Amino acid sequence: MITLAPREFHLFQAAGRDFLYLVPSAAIFALDDITSAVLAAVTETKRTEAAVVDALAERFDGATVHEAVADLLAVRAIGYEHEPESRTPRVLPLMPASLSTGRSGVIPLTTMVMNVTNQCNLACTYCYEYGEDKIVDTEHGKKPKFMSEQTARESVEFLLRESGTVAHLTFFGGETLLNFPVLQSTVAYGRRRAAELGKSIDFSLTTNATLLRPEIIEFLVENDVGVTISIDGPREMQDRFRVFHNGAGSYDVVAPKIKELLKRHRSKPIAARVTLTSGTLDITRIYRHLTEEIGFGEVGFAPVTTSPGQGYAIGERGFDTMLAQFRALAQEWLECSLANRHHGFSNVTESLEEIHKGVSKAYPCGAGLGLLGVSTDGDVALCHRFAGSDAHKLGTVRDGVDRDAQVAFLERNHIADKTDCSRCWARPLCSGGCYHEAHVRYGTTTHPNLHYCEWIRGWTDTCLRLYGELSERNPAFLARFDREEAKAEAVV
Amino acid sequence: MRHLKPINQKAGRVVDFVANQKHDVVALQQPPFRPHLPLGCTSLFSPGWEADQAGGTAGLCTPVERDIFDCHISCFWPAQVPDMLNHSPDWTGKCAAAQKDWRKIDLVFP
Repeated sequence: MITLAPREFHLFQAAGRDFLYLVPSAAIFALDDITSAVLAAVTETKRTEAAVVDALAERFDGATVHEAVADLLAVRAIGYEHEPESRTPRVLPLMPASLSTGRSGVIPLTTMVMNVTNQCNLACTYCYEYGEDKIVDTEHGKKPKFMSEQTARESVEFLLRESGTVAHLTFFGGETLLNFPVLQSTVAYGRRRAAELGKSIDFSLTTNATLLRPEIIEFLVENDVGVTISIDGPREMQDRFRVFHNGAGSYDVVAPKIKELLKRHRSKPIAARVTLTSGTLDITRIYRHLTEEIGFGEVGFAPVTTSPGQGYAIGERGFDTMLAQFRALAQEWLECSLANRHHGFSNVTESLEEIHKGVSKAYPCGAGLGLLGVSTDGDVALCHRFAGSDAHKLGTVRDGVDRDAQVAFLERNHIADKTDCSRCWARPLCSGGCYHEAHVRYGTTTHPNLHYCEWIRGWTDTCLRLYGELSERNPAFLARFDREEAKAEAVV
Repeated sequence: MRHLKPINQKAGRVVDFVANQKHDVVALQQPPFRPHLPLGCTSLFSPGWEADQAGGTAGLCTPVERDIFDCHISCFWPAQVPDMLNHSPDWTGKCAAAQKDWRKIDLVFP
């Protein structure tokens, strides 16, 4: 007796109908009444096709049920029970032929994050770089505190050597603007070299905004440098953790400077990047303040990266609160998008782009693939958060990427080896979560971030519903996610 | 695909993939010619008689009841044949003509 059984998927409702998010393909299909009924029957209990026809005989004729079964079988929403489910293939991304049998080519470097300094003029208590969870000793370690102009140039050469036709250079720190001279000369050098090599390059930076002097703003505007500002919200939230070394809050210093930047810099959206902690989970209020009172066009939120013992760590209940608030703001985003108005909640936009493309990740992010971090001495690391860590070094800008180390890393961190994730429907998008978060929490990049699984599934479900609503009620809106260029973070 | 509507880009690719999997039903000798391997006369590995390719027993290519279960070269052979590619390459070494020399073929103990 050949019985039908459900395969892996996540069923969700939007705009009054059922949708299917298939795992691991990440394809989304809208169901009609009959496929919904067939799927429900097979999910309720495994049964033969004839039994499905019988069960639905009152509502649908047999021939149509057979058609629906065939459709669901074809997209692998259901399968035959006796046939084992196909396992996720353990395919490493394209590597030089010499390192991986039968494959050739290398994933080009898309984004290089360059730590121009590991020093900071703020002393945010939760900082992963200087707080209790730091992995590199930036004060007494052997790394230079500031990147030299020579190393910066070598980094640019490295980026242009390893990239395809498009290269993104992101300046990072420490506080990036503490090394403004090198940043300035690197932009000029990068532009010139990219033009000589016929490649396109663009620049962005992340800053805490304390050092945004008028001439720096002028430079960023003239050179079309994208800016992300780390800021936590209204004064009392910002000043809770984002303090100077003497303990004084930074809100009054940064707010006027950010407003000035936003007034002058119109060519690229300036994004706010908010770190959420157990004490600052009032997301809607933070969003209102940053968009309406400060004037940001985009705001992105990320929970603080921390070991579990810290007082500011977001606990299980905190994640529930955060999810409820994210959902409320996402609803607002949906209403704007249905009316073709802009809404700056960038977490939604990023998730929806991945959902739209149907990204199914073997790795949680592009770190070690299309994205690499460079430390002040030119060591190449997995990403900026690991820059300077010898244990996560993947070469140097002078000698290039250490392909053996890169392959070894990719071998160790593939989703197929994360047993905890093997039955989770959210794994095409999550793939175990941030390496750095895992390293801080569990001591290794290979460990899935099990402390936020519920949150990830809740948030992914919310985004899928938004996507379903839009596909029914304003499908033209989704076309804006069709842009060609792949993000470095998104590994298909 | 009449009952499922592809929504995202990946779903579109799945639909294309499924459409490309479908082939017309053709007679074996009708072009394009594909290897013609009738059941039971294959020189390839037998798919096995204890379990089918999916690990079950629903799709066995040779019924378990059959006494003569497979072919060895051109002869029916009344038992499983040793793996002559890997473990027993010389199994039929002393058997120049099966009609005459079949007694020289010994048992194989893996």
